Amino acid sequence: MRKLQSTSDMEKLRKELLRKQDSSKSCISICSGTGCHAYGSEKVVSAFENELKKQKLEGKVEIKRTGCHGFCEKGPIVVIYPEEICYLQVKIEDVKEIVSRTIKAGRIIDRLLYTDLKTGKVVHESEIPFYKNQTRLIFGNNRKIESKSIEDYIALDGYNALGKALSEMTPKKVLDEIKKANLRGRGGGGFPAGRKWESVCNAPGEPKYVIVNCDEGDPGAYMDRSLMEGNPHSVIEGLIIGAYAIGSHKGYIYVRQEYPLAVENTELAIKQAEEYGLLGKNILNSGFDFTIKIHRGAGAFVSGESSALMSAIEGKVGEPRPKYIHTSEKGLWDKPTCLNNVETWANVPFIINKGADWFKTFGTENSKGTKIFSLVGNVNNTGLVEVPMGITLREIIYNIGGGIPNGKKFKAVQNGGPSGGCIPETQLDLPVDFDELNKVGSMMGSGGMIVMDEDTCMVDIARYFVKFLSQESCGKCTPCREGLRHMLRILDNIADGKAAEEDIKRLEELSEFVKEASLCALGQTAPNPVLSTLKYFRDEYDAHLQGECPVKVCKELIQYYIDPEKCKGCGLCLNKCPTGAISGEKKGVHTIDVGKCIKCGACFEVCNFDAVSKISGKERNLKELTYN
Amino acid sequence: MENISLKINGKNVQAKKGMTIIQAAQQAGITIPNLCHDDRLEPYGACRFCMVEIEKNGRKKLVASCCYPVENGLAVNTKTEKVENIRKMLIELLLAVSPSGSHIELAKEYGIKESRFKLESSPEAPCDLCGLCVRYCTDIKKKNAVCFVGRGVDRTVALVPGASDGCSSCRECFDVCDAGKMVYLVDMLQEISCPPLKSKFYQNL
Repeated sequence: MRKLQSTSDMEKLRKELLRKQDSSKSCISICSGTGCHAYGSEKVVSAFENELKKQKLEGKVEIKRTGCHGFCEKGPIVVIYPEEICYLQVKIEDVKEIVSRTIKAGRIIDRLLYTDLKTGKVVHESEIPFYKNQTRLIFGNNRKIESKSIEDYIALDGYNALGKALSEMTPKKVLDEIKKANLRGRGGGGFPAGRKWESVCNAPGEPKYVIVNCDEGDPGAYMDRSLMEGNPHSVIEGLIIGAYAIGSHKGYIYVRQEYPLAVENTELAIKQAEEYGLLGKNILNSGFDFTIKIHRGAGAFVSGESSALMSAIEGKVGEPRPKYIHTSEKGLWDKPTCLNNVETWANVPFIINKGADWFKTFGTENSKGTKIFSLVGNVNNTGLVEVPMGITLREIIYNIGGGIPNGKKFKAVQNGGPSGGCIPETQLDLPVDFDELNKVGSMMGSGGMIVMDEDTCMVDIARYFVKFLSQESCGKCTPCREGLRHMLRILDNIADGKAAEEDIKRLEELSEFVKEASLCALGQTAPNPVLSTLKYFRDEYDAHLQGECPVKVCKELIQYYIDPEKCKGCGLCLNKCPTGAISGEKKGVHTIDVGKCIKCGACFEVCNFDAVSKISGKERNLKELTYN
Repeated sequence: MENISLKINGKNVQAKKGMTIIQAAQQAGITIPNLCHDDRLEPYGACRFCMVEIEKNGRKKLVASCCYPVENGLAVNTKTEKVENIRKMLIELLLAVSPSGSHIELAKEYGIKESRFKLESSPEAPCDLCGLCVRYCTDIKKKNAVCFVGRGVDRTVALVPGASDGCSSCRECFDVCDAGKMVYLVDMLQEISCPPLKSKFYQNL
């Protein structure tokens, strides 16, 4: 590896790399992101390596372990280039056939293709509706490059923006371009990145620090992880450019220890960039010095809060502190510090390469560019989606997500992580941008999007998130620590049918209090799931007060019941019941002893005649009467 | 140092740049309730009793006065309805978890005799988790012998084994803490076989 001396040197390297790439040569690209990894993609890779050897294709066909493709529902994903044939849910058993039929004979294996309900089989990855309806600016390169190869990144114009910034632009010009692009922080707050950079730049004090926040802790969210694992150089490049604009010479990447692949790939990427002279002293002969250190997070949700994260880097407990004096003035070790989220930094090279005017063609008036969401929950196409800001929730959930599985009805979508709000169907045509989501009591957050179907109990959901947040509260400030404790207690009581109207009033009172009085954003936003479900699903809370869980989720409020009309007396439920709560003669009607029943639902699952049902509320009282 | 003039409860107050609202108020003879503030220590902002309402450029905002730096032209109100409601709620919440904590004086002042919330601990539980002892030991004594352990509702104050060797002869944290609250630290000290304590706080218990 040689140290690059200038931008023209880098250009020469890029040309060399492109020359070496034979575009007619077959390439099997296998997603090695976390989702596919869990499905066993590494075994599929070894199977391909063995099979290529066996069929004497070694060296003639390239194998690439790429970052996350995003369509995690259908992993492991295998894409064969140059044709871009996309095979989904590939198993080891499929490998032999793929090599002999597709690689050797150029034939397509229908069974492994994506099936569109309207148009039938889809051969090419980019034509699958899940991908077709996205705008993959930031995330798109993930699937094209080997995550551990800096050469792949450079060949795809990687580090071009850095070269441009260092050789053609003054720091001020870089800053102006980011300001002009109106790039807003992707970590949740949506604060304009350019303005933040500028205040760090103007703040007195040296040295100045830049930080990548990759402490993604929201349940179900993994876009930062996938970007850091799949394309670490895009984040590093953005960070170096930012540091140049701000006048910082030292950067930190804060990665969760629980993301081992992200740590590994980032460490490797930093080493590679150093070897090419893209990090270190006198980068590309520009006179600009910059180094990066990785800090591994010790696993606290609250450490994603900027001041807590900085405390953690300083070696202290990750607890937030009041930010009346912004971290841009007094941050890490009380020095001016610029902290941005993974995705924010990854946007920077694109803006520098293509210009603010290009960037501004995506998005809405006040929210420019795209946003990556992790679309999870009761939705057909689970995965990571990148869309231009301003797209509606309906488009994301139905056009990209493919709607709700099993013919169920949509009920709510929770945006922005555990402290986001639950948005009902009536708000589905809302354009997704920073300001619009805030208006309905939710937030952009870091981009978690949890879809819920009609079988979801909203009281239970509010309880789940408040429980998560109360466990993750650091406990420093009284409102968050004690307020959430009692909010959870009230929600428990509501779910157990032990609450009265005044408890809901108290819950509302506590919610407002925690929101107003808490020290950091964790507490200030924690009541959102409660307030939004109270606003849009108040009837469900009221039903719980009356002893009924309308969707029959809350255990204390339901009871299992065998319909005597439907029961055939097969005895299957009797055999499955772990507590001996079911009795009945063979071919006679079976009954459940409510006293012994632990509501595990085993009988409900096994019954072939739909005789077992869940009942709640008034219905329960009636059925209990008929039992006696 | 640059002079700053602001208004607290309608009264003109002079302060120095770099001071916090609570310091400026103290100087002007205006008391703002608090549990975790100590002029010797870095502002902490945890108990939230010192929250006040500020008005800046026509916009009202709630801030912790122990952390918020004074600014020219700032209008501070230490006793608005919102602020008082926050304090009352804080008292109720603390009464349920540390009924013998140092907030009891405030409870008397605000006329709160009992909490609407279920008691979470013994009626003698003394610690409000204000962190004065922890911060004093860490920042001033530089001993790091007293620390917080646990997260959220599991947060408690504990002595760091090994680092607390000098505790029996120091005991300065006892003076930082309002009387009675260090009772379980006393127990802990004895557990790690320190000689009997002669502190006036111990005798008062």
